[in-house]
Amino acid sequence: MNLLLHLSDVGVATMLDVLPIVAVLVFFQIVVIRRKPASLQRIITGFLYVLLGLTLFLVGLQEALFPIGEIMAKQLTDPKFLGIDAAGADWRDYGWVYAFAFAIGFATTIAEPALMAVAVKASQVSGGAISVWGLRITVALGVAVGVALGTFRIVTGTPLHWYIIAGYAALILQTWRAVRVAGSIVPLAYDSGGVTTSTVTVPLVTALGLGLASTIPGRSPVIDGFGLIAFASLFPMISVLGYAELSAWKAKRRKGSSPDNNGSKR
Amino acid sequence: MLAGILPLIRLILGSLRDLAPILLVIFFFQVFVLQQPFPHLERVIVGIILVMLGLTLFIQGLEMGLFPIGETMAHALARKGSLFWLLAFAFCLGFGTTAAEPALIAVAAEAAKVMAEAGVVAHDEAARSSYAYWLRMTVAVSVGASLVLGVFRILKGWPVHVLIIGGYIIVVILTFLAPPEIIGVAYDSGGVTTSTVTVPLVTALGVGLASTIRSRNPLTDGFGLIAFASMFPMIFVLLYGMAVQ
Repeated sequence: MNLLLHLSDVGVATMLDVLPIVAVLVFFQIVVIRRKPASLQRIITGFLYVLLGLTLFLVGLQEALFPIGEIMAKQLTDPKFLGIDAAGADWRDYGWVYAFAFAIGFATTIAEPALMAVAVKASQVSGGAISVWGLRITVALGVAVGVALGTFRIVTGTPLHWYIIAGYAALILQTWRAVRVAGSIVPLAYDSGGVTTSTVTVPLVTALGLGLASTIPGRSPVIDGFGLIAFASLFPMISVLGYAELSAWKAKRRKGSSPDNNGSKR
Repeated sequence: MLAGILPLIRLILGSLRDLAPILLVIFFFQVFVLQQPFPHLERVIVGIILVMLGLTLFIQGLEMGLFPIGETMAHALARKGSLFWLLAFAFCLGFGTTAAEPALIAVAAEAAKVMAEAGVVAHDEAARSSYAYWLRMTVAVSVGASLVLGVFRILKGWPVHVLIIGGYIIVVILTFLAPPEIIGVAYDSGGVTTSTVTVPLVTALGVGLASTIRSRNPLTDGFGLIAFASMFPMIFVLLYGMAVQ
């Protein structure tokens, strides 16, 4: 009963959320394009699905994804589970937190449908020098390392911007190099940072960060709780550019040693 | 009737496959590492089923309604050749899709809750929801603006990386000027904006545009819009934090 009431509340809020995009589409259709869309009935059904789906998703998010992230954070940092004295703990005691962050980063990314699409395109752009699986594993490792490092930052309480600025510096250096060796990969590498953070990953990882920041002694959710998503979108860019450089270097070396290197890697 | 249900079941199984790795990791840690009772297990399971159903319907609805209409519009406007309407459409597309982004709705609400607990925002329902609302609108406007710049870049053929690096430098400068409690939220908002709704439509716009203009390569010029869409929110949210302060 409570759940149903909650559902109808969220349903009304969702309608308001979707309104702007409906307004935009109707406006452009009527004023600028001035043509009736081919399958109006199908489109309207689609919108009803979007409304219903979004409502169910947002309720499920409150009931499941946020609690899971929070509970995992609480249990993984429980002094009794870690066998430590909470007051005297330092970053080395939180090994399981990093392990969980790494695993969840890798698992969510490797199955991400948007990434698969980008990987196929990247393989086409590079003429097969970048393999689909190679890219997917590279991006997943990038996210995994990023989220793990992000939890390390929460545990230690070091300022977020130093990590991100250092990451940018590395990215800029890599971009300079990559533009010369494999210029076409640069936009794709940048985009791969954006596509990794999906609708399911974001709430889960956000809840994990906030949960960690509120259970680890001396951390505040406001200053330390956010930032995991930023890590998860920065590190794939670095790892993809690194991978592009590596494969360009390997291709060059192979060319040097054997004259026939066509189609050896797909 | 049956013919309508079968594809839906296939779709639900598809969502389950996407969620499976996450559930497996959590299951593994719960059973082998933590070995502790999981509070409110039945509520969480109901929630996961709702997430799965919701995501399935949402994506199915997008594919039926939003994506085809957005794609034909992007193509039609790219071919029409009116710069004003093209840029206006880019802005509205970015704004509209971001405002309806489920991940952003969730994170904005969470941010407002945390800010209220820390005393940055007043501790009542109205203040919290207005903070979350304006945060979302800030991000939506910034994604709109980023697409305007991104489309302009495709038309001009400017290199992506110069603009991106310039943007990063602005982010770094603003970081030192903005209040510390907004920094985490601002940095995260970049990644949050680019998920289910925004990416397919924005990619359609970019690739459609780059393929209608001669001497532009759809693969190198068409991409990069997402990169702008994840950089601009950081700048705008940092500015929002400074304005609210």
